[in-house]
Amino acid sequence: MASPRLFRPAARLLSSRLSSAPFRPVVQTACTPSILRSRGYATESGPKEVTVRDALNEALTEELESNQKTFILGEEVAQYNGAYKVTRGLLDRFGPKRVIDTPITEAGFCGLAVGAALAGLHPICEFMTFNFAMQAIDQIINSAAKTHYMSGGIQPCNITFRGPNGFAAGVAAQHSQDYSAWYGSIPGLKVVAPWSAEDAKGLLKAAIRDPNPVVVLENELLYGQAFAMSEAAQKDDFVLPIGKAKIERPGKDLTIVTLSRCVGQSLNAAAELKQKYGVEAEVINLRSVKPLDVETVIQSLKKTGRLMCVESGFPMFGVSSEILALSMEYGFDYLTAPAVRVTGAEVPTPYAAGLEALSFPQEDTIVGQAAKLLRL
Amino acid sequence: MYSLRPLRRRIPRLAASPSASKRWSTSISQRPGSDRVRFPGAVNSKFTTDMTFINPQESASIPTYRVMDSDGLLVDRSRGEIGISNEEVLTWYKNMLTVSIMDVIMFEAQRQGRLSFYMVSAGEEGISVGSAAALTPDDVVFAQYRETGVFQQRGFTLKNFMSQLFANNNDNGRGRNMPVHYGCAYPRTHTISSTLATQIPHASGAAYALKLQALQNPDKPRSIVACYFGEGAASEGDFHAGLNIAATRSCPVVFICRNNGYAISTPTLEQYRGDGIASRGIGYGIETIRVDGNDIFAVYESMRAARGRALEGGGKPILIEAMSYRVSHHSTSDDSFAYRARVEVEDWKKRDNPIIRLRKYLENEGLWNEDLEREAREGIRREVLREFGEAERAKKPAIREAFEGVYDEVTEEAREQMAELKRILETYPDEYDLRQFEGGIKGL
Repeated sequence: MASPRLFRPAARLLSSRLSSAPFRPVVQTACTPSILRSRGYATESGPKEVTVRDALNEALTEELESNQKTFILGEEVAQYNGAYKVTRGLLDRFGPKRVIDTPITEAGFCGLAVGAALAGLHPICEFMTFNFAMQAIDQIINSAAKTHYMSGGIQPCNITFRGPNGFAAGVAAQHSQDYSAWYGSIPGLKVVAPWSAEDAKGLLKAAIRDPNPVVVLENELLYGQAFAMSEAAQKDDFVLPIGKAKIERPGKDLTIVTLSRCVGQSLNAAAELKQKYGVEAEVINLRSVKPLDVETVIQSLKKTGRLMCVESGFPMFGVSSEILALSMEYGFDYLTAPAVRVTGAEVPTPYAAGLEALSFPQEDTIVGQAAKLLRL
Repeated sequence: MYSLRPLRRRIPRLAASPSASKRWSTSISQRPGSDRVRFPGAVNSKFTTDMTFINPQESASIPTYRVMDSDGLLVDRSRGEIGISNEEVLTWYKNMLTVSIMDVIMFEAQRQGRLSFYMVSAGEEGISVGSAAALTPDDVVFAQYRETGVFQQRGFTLKNFMSQLFANNNDNGRGRNMPVHYGCAYPRTHTISSTLATQIPHASGAAYALKLQALQNPDKPRSIVACYFGEGAASEGDFHAGLNIAATRSCPVVFICRNNGYAISTPTLEQYRGDGIASRGIGYGIETIRVDGNDIFAVYESMRAARGRALEGGGKPILIEAMSYRVSHHSTSDDSFAYRARVEVEDWKKRDNPIIRLRKYLENEGLWNEDLEREAREGIRREVLREFGEAERAKKPAIREAFEGVYDEVTEEAREQMAELKRILETYPDEYDLRQFEGGIKGL
């Protein structure tokens, strides 16, 4: 969590609210109407329990099947079925021309994938984890994200970067980092962070189909987790729009904006808040880090008057910082209390299991911070 | 283009200055009638009218240096004695045994959930022990993660190993690293980094520092950097950058590539197409040798010679490619039988392995026998298990350690948090069991 000192300026700002920021009614003009309200839930007839791993595998299979321009490459993706078994069975089904094991050269195979995308193919580049993608971050940012712009629009780069992001279990500082804010800050990239099986399938398929470079930030700890998948999501034409958040739980007292694994934790925390204090917290699953669904967040904030962001990145300059800044710009006058962040701790991720748990938001942290925010 | 104007005015003035007629020492010019290329990029290449592409498949593989064969017999009978005391060879053997026995125990312990991760080095003990034996404690080591033998040979004790693996209070890394990320201040051995191949440019940099230090203190005994990595890591860009900068800056560093046939599941056939890693050293203008990694004498001798060469003149890099077979799984997160046949592994285990080979040599020399083997194995096993138990029971680092080390000085925020934690721990002493941490509440 952020240190107390980081909260102080916000608290001061609130107390001197009338004299400081002028009102800027930007929301109505700056954001397009959300399609979320009109989108109903999927039919109840045949939901199925599907793990995130299988949902990703399904998305890859369907896209490889339907689009001959796609191929997947990365370390261990073929023969070994993927370090986390996300690409299980793909080699057998699509053969070694489209499911490619690479040498341990992130810069090499990522660069190759970017080149293939610039030449018109639709590669899917798997990183064993996004921690290792740092070896190739120049290719992702300086080449994939910017070439379309710098070529005057003649050189699209339809590429998907995917792999597990964030901390796992007992893998220490160099393997436990959340890159949402890193990639989220780059013009030219789209960034999605799925939580549920439906998210995983719909967003990965959208990412592969999107003509821009898209970074899909999966989570190792979610791979084995099963979620109910609606009948609509089981179909091979199921795609989620990039840039739209989902209200996972409606509420009126507090808006919790969160992403990836923290969505599940926030939902549990919301249930506990309801049970303990009778508070109705609205939980927004961002789904997409860039573009960010500002409207859904601001609409919710207007309703509840209180905003809390939950993420597992570091506290400073993160996704939460961005959302808090946006809440100032677009929803300042609707806030009845300073918005707060619940984030990873300002420390290289410790190896010790106990400290590791303390370094990232847990359900009780979220409940505790929410109670404090609501003065319960 | 206003900004260009002052520059343009300056150029003629520079050309008119007396220094302009002087040649740089690196300056090259093509002499008329010469049969050789004098381009700056290739200064001694003959002209030819024969258009030939060099096909690496057609040139012979770089040979592999070997002292003893797989039966533990000296290949070149005429070379005379090995020239290493029996006592020392026995130490090497016991060090290899220790690593191999510890590996089996810790691998099983990981399977029982007693530690989160482990990496064994079965099949590669000869490379790490043999090469480390040629180093002095002042030589700087950058290891990857399969060099337990280097630590063992350099005097890392079982207590040191176990303390790191169980992240207890005696761990040099203060419990902040994954298991097997050993490191110590002396003998100078950098803490292992999880990210692959980053140690290679670091090694070049550390060697450059040693070179500068040697210029400042010519009386001090010179030392080198030894840098270990696998053939998979040599695919990373860092390898190429590291070797090139070491060659151009003439850094006294010995690169030791453990070519064990597999990078997790990727066999070398899919990792590269050239003649191993050795051929790349030549490409960078680095003196290179390939050795039989299962032959501890070959590894030791080549490392000793490499160390000497690395210090010749102002210093220079050397590359050793040591060939072996990764008998073990990549790590506890890997099941290698998913991508290679069990029989292949069993075959290697039986046919050739650095421990068995040295044992055969020792038995041929009358220095070792079945009884000594049993005694040594039992002794080591007992010792490992004793340290295992002690390390598992040892106290965890002091609570303060959770806050320290991020920056040189603990930040103001962290100090406030420490004070707050202390207040909570003192207010509710019954809620927190602090006995497992070194110093209890005083450790904060």
